[in-house]
Amino acid sequence: MPKIKYVEHNGKEHDVDVPEGWTVMEGAVKNLIPGIDADCGGACACATCHVYVDAAFLDKLPPKSDMEETMLDFAQELEPNSRLSCQIKVTPELDGLTVRTPKSQH
Amino acid sequence: MEERIVIIGAGQAGAQAVATLRAEGFAGAITMVGDEAYAPYQRPPLSKTYLMGTMDRDRLFLKPDAFYTEAKCELMLGATAASIDRTAKTVALSDGRALGYDKLLIATGTRVRKIKVPGAELAGIHYLRSIADVDELRPAFKTVKNLVIVGAGYIGLEVAAVARKYDLNVTVLEAMDRVMARSASKPVSEFYERVHREAGVVFHLNTGVEGFEGSDKLTGVRAGGKTFSADIALVGIGVIPNCEIAEAAGLKCGDGVYVDKTCTTEDPAIFAAGDCTRHHGRNGDLIRLESVQNAIDQAKHAALAMVGKPTPYNEVPWFWSDQYDLKLQIAGLAKPGDQIVLRGDPGLRKFAVFHLRDGAVVAVEAVNAAPEYLIGRKLIADGATVAPERLADLTVPMKNIV
Repeated sequence: MPKIKYVEHNGKEHDVDVPEGWTVMEGAVKNLIPGIDADCGGACACATCHVYVDAAFLDKLPPKSDMEETMLDFAQELEPNSRLSCQIKVTPELDGLTVRTPKSQH
Repeated sequence: MEERIVIIGAGQAGAQAVATLRAEGFAGAITMVGDEAYAPYQRPPLSKTYLMGTMDRDRLFLKPDAFYTEAKCELMLGATAASIDRTAKTVALSDGRALGYDKLLIATGTRVRKIKVPGAELAGIHYLRSIADVDELRPAFKTVKNLVIVGAGYIGLEVAAVARKYDLNVTVLEAMDRVMARSASKPVSEFYERVHREAGVVFHLNTGVEGFEGSDKLTGVRAGGKTFSADIALVGIGVIPNCEIAEAAGLKCGDGVYVDKTCTTEDPAIFAAGDCTRHHGRNGDLIRLESVQNAIDQAKHAALAMVGKPTPYNEVPWFWSDQYDLKLQIAGLAKPGDQIVLRGDPGLRKFAVFHLRDGAVVAVEAVNAAPEYLIGRKLIADGATVAPERLADLTVPMKNIV
């Protein structure tokens, strides 16, 4: 199972095995990682699962849809490596991925 | 003695209340009572990916089991709360047990409205509200040919979209003159009706169901003087709030449990959140919302009130619906008489309908149009006034609209 490292805003790290096909958001929610709210449950409707993706993996991620791009435009503290974690499906290629959570999702 | 909070209802609002209570430092006991066999789970995917079979049941759960363990929340599942004794501060369960509480949260949600016509008890007539409902419906989709859907609301249309992917013949019967009549504006209704027709769905509007036919199982649906051949039927004609338990306890109810802005009922020890509540909306109208957003936000406010930090609930309501490749996102609440402004071309499957009242934006319905939705939501929250010509002008980016 691919391993994903979640790093909280305060630096606390969580290494989690996330089943292939799940999203990075689901990996966080199902493992009680703080900092990812995901109010809409992954429908790309709420922008409360914002994460910063490790630069080394940016190219391995599926490209942003228009919807994700726009939702992110409204996230707090947007960075070039910002993504919505509900839009990143976990694949074997993403084994070792590190994502950081922002200070706040709202 | 340790303070005890009891939550009736194990849904989106109940789960959120547990999370917020613990995040706010509530150190007492929490017990959650739910009448389904499952811990709180997401309902929106039920009529979409879960019915399609592309989402496993495991993925529906809002929280892992460890959440309830860590939060020291006792889950009583498959248990029904029968009555509340406000003097003794106890909740009686239908199996005879009683739970004492210091504070009580009513988060009982809704149940489906059953259709009352001859034949309504025949096998093959389905409703969709729970995991169990979909677990019965999905296998049927793989073996039958003709599906009749009663009601062209969100549930009916989302199921229609999935059923077409299963290659079923789908007929939708709707008593009103357009689809999603209760929740969407006319341009949005017309657009969705067209998309569904293009996908092969057959609509009969202004057609009320008169009865179901069949001897032991369903064979047809009688409506508008005709009989529509049906192997199965899906009835989606709305929901009824589960507020009888509150009403029997003498709390003010009327299509929902009345709560104030802090999600507190008339009884200062009893709170309510989610689909089962009736509350004053942002403009003062008395409303009952059926949505994930309202469940989450009211639960947060109820939990805050329970720990002695009452704060008024004023969030802009928001909703979404997934049908085919279309994402409908709605913010705010429209009313008949609002000025309607169309932005974009429905023919391009990307447009938004803004609703203005006295010049201010009060609602937006956006189809595959996230900027319109997100900025619209902000305009609504701000009570912003925008010239209709400007809203309709695609050469003005939403970011620069004000």
